[in-house]
Amino acid sequence: MTEMTYREALRSTLVEEMDRDPRVLLLGEDIGVYQGTFRITEGLLERYGPKRVIDTPISELGFIGAAIGMAMLGLRPVVEVMTWNFSLPAADQILQNAAKVRYFSGGQVSVPLVIRGPNGAGVQLSAQHSQSLESFYGHFPGLRVVAPATPADARGLLRTALRSEDPVIFLEHAALYGIKGPVPEGDDTVPFGQATVVRRGRHVTVVAYSRMLHLALAAADELAREGVECEVLDLRSLRPLDMDTVAESVRRTHRAVVVQEQWPLFGAAAEVAAGIYERCFDDLDAPVERVTGEDVPAPYARNLEKLAFPDEDRIARAVRRVLQ
Amino acid sequence: MQHAEPVTVPVDTLLEWYRTLVFCRRFEEQTERSFRRGKIGGYLHVAIGQEAVPLGFLSALRADDVFFVSYRDHVHTLVRGTDPRAVMAELYGKLGGTCKGKGGSMHLFDVARGNYGGYGIVGGHIPLAVGAAYALRYQGTDRVCLCFFGDGAMNSGALHEAANLAGLWGREGLCPVVFVVENNQYGMGTSVERASAVVELARRFDAYDIPNERCDGMDVVGVYEVARRVVEEVRRTGRPYAVEALTYRFSGHGAADLFQPYRSKQEVERWRQRDPILLLERRLREAGALDDHAVREVEAWAEKRVQEAVSFAESSPEPPPEELYRDVYGA
Ligand SMILES: Cc1ncc(C[n+]2csc(CCOP(=O)(O)OP(=O)(O)O)c2C)c(N)n1
Ligand SMILES: [Mg+2]
Repeated sequence: MTEMTYREALRSTLVEEMDRDPRVLLLGEDIGVYQGTFRITEGLLERYGPKRVIDTPISELGFIGAAIGMAMLGLRPVVEVMTWNFSLPAADQILQNAAKVRYFSGGQVSVPLVIRGPNGAGVQLSAQHSQSLESFYGHFPGLRVVAPATPADARGLLRTALRSEDPVIFLEHAALYGIKGPVPEGDDTVPFGQATVVRRGRHVTVVAYSRMLHLALAAADELAREGVECEVLDLRSLRPLDMDTVAESVRRTHRAVVVQEQWPLFGAAAEVAAGIYERCFDDLDAPVERVTGEDVPAPYARNLEKLAFPDEDRIARAVRRVLQ
Repeated sequence: MQHAEPVTVPVDTLLEWYRTLVFCRRFEEQTERSFRRGKIGGYLHVAIGQEAVPLGFLSALRADDVFFVSYRDHVHTLVRGTDPRAVMAELYGKLGGTCKGKGGSMHLFDVARGNYGGYGIVGGHIPLAVGAAYALRYQGTDRVCLCFFGDGAMNSGALHEAANLAGLWGREGLCPVVFVVENNQYGMGTSVERASAVVELARRFDAYDIPNERCDGMDVVGVYEVARRVVEEVRRTGRPYAVEALTYRFSGHGAADLFQPYRSKQEVERWRQRDPILLLERRLREAGALDDHAVREVEAWAEKRVQEAVSFAESSPEPPPEELYRDVYGA
């Protein structure tokens, strides 16, 4: 094990895979000369040259579409979106081409494409720049959707993504780039569709992913002082969704809280809650609680923003409710 | 319009093209009949009247070149040599179809022949073709990519973002793509004048520093001459090029476009005088290479081949239920 930041985990995996496989190339806005908005691609233009590290114009539709075409012809493009908010002009390309072309071609083409960048909210960027799009992308068959919460998973999932035959929506979180954590040595991978138990506990299962995992862990610390033992699960992948691990835990704890950063309607938390009801209805001692963002566009004012998104207290209160 | 170029196509090839054009026409007419009989579902867009554009352009490609098309993709697929029986079976939603019946009329693919497919979102495939062209150069080959789309697609953002990227990447010799605008004068019922601020569509590529020209899309020989020159230039330079082929669809936009209130019978009649089959037939008759007897033979051959495709499609099995779940993800 070595210690590194989430940012360094991403960057080092890109470097290792680019060294290993000449088909891997990078596209994105200001990833080269500017070194990347979040410096994930720092030094890579110098290392690999402009043919493999392509600074694009501000044309998400165009360059994400082009990356899909590159993938169809056998390359392994990695697109950096400056943030996921800017993927929406390219939603047509991602959803209508990348996700489906294997299917409507009867299996004649693959789209081994990774689109990565920061997803989510919480730093006063207001309505257009504070969105968690996992539920949106998670809706579409043909895509893989992952959201690592730790440096180790950032490495393991990115490596799996880079070796995948399918388009991967790789959701990072800006608030996590600086966090440090242990990562295994070597070229370990984390398979898609495997949730992990981050903290063992007997009383309640708390399901989270990405930044929400860290809030859930903080809430679990606080609740531990009250004698409540939370089992905290990190989904890691939204599609495929590992309901087996979730159900296995809920069958032991009989109670569940599901946490999601943003809007409740048709959201990831609703999906997980429904899965729990379908699989463990008879095991439940209380209704499943969802902790989600409020059903409003993200506000700017700090006090309003705090009200709009989940925090540790809200998670702790939800846990106390399911334990009553 | 570019000046006429010397015809260098041997008569045998012209005869072969004539047979291909007649066959494609009969094939498309058959799909319309099959649609009316409920054998073909969904949307059906035939290219009757426009056949010279795909034939001329695809005849200028090498076997290892690639192309992307809109949903009006039957003729492109046929002239590239895909088995017509598989094309018809795809339209019939059968397992023997090009895509096992899972794509239908709008999504014909034959990757082994460089056919990277038909796409149903207007303009949506244009960025793919630009990326494909980049990939071909990245891989160190001199293969080229053709991208066919309609006049209507000229007004989509996808075209403009893709064209700008092509212009940029082309400066480094990394984007061997030919944009082929199949200007059939209408996007559904909206004429070019009512949709584009600049009606000479080729000129719009000037904005991206992409060389461009217009050509007569009804004369297959003329189309081929332009295509051959352009394709070879793009192959040599790795730079994009755009050709606006002026053509016309004699059928409705799709099978549901019955009344066509947006155009007059006289206008259709005028364009029919320049039917690509008629023009080529005239050329061959003048050269003494075709007579009434030979025309009848070609017609009988084409009709027989179309009926073989129909029989194959009729008897091909439906995709089994397992196919529903296949091809969503790779291994
Ligand atoms: C983005 C989008 N908007 C609308 C449609 C519906 N539609 C299908 S074909 C078409 C007309 C396209 O015209 P053009 O590009 O000239 O191609 P043509 O059909 O003439 O070959 C329209 C509006 C669509 N498929 N995609
Ligand atoms: Mg048109």
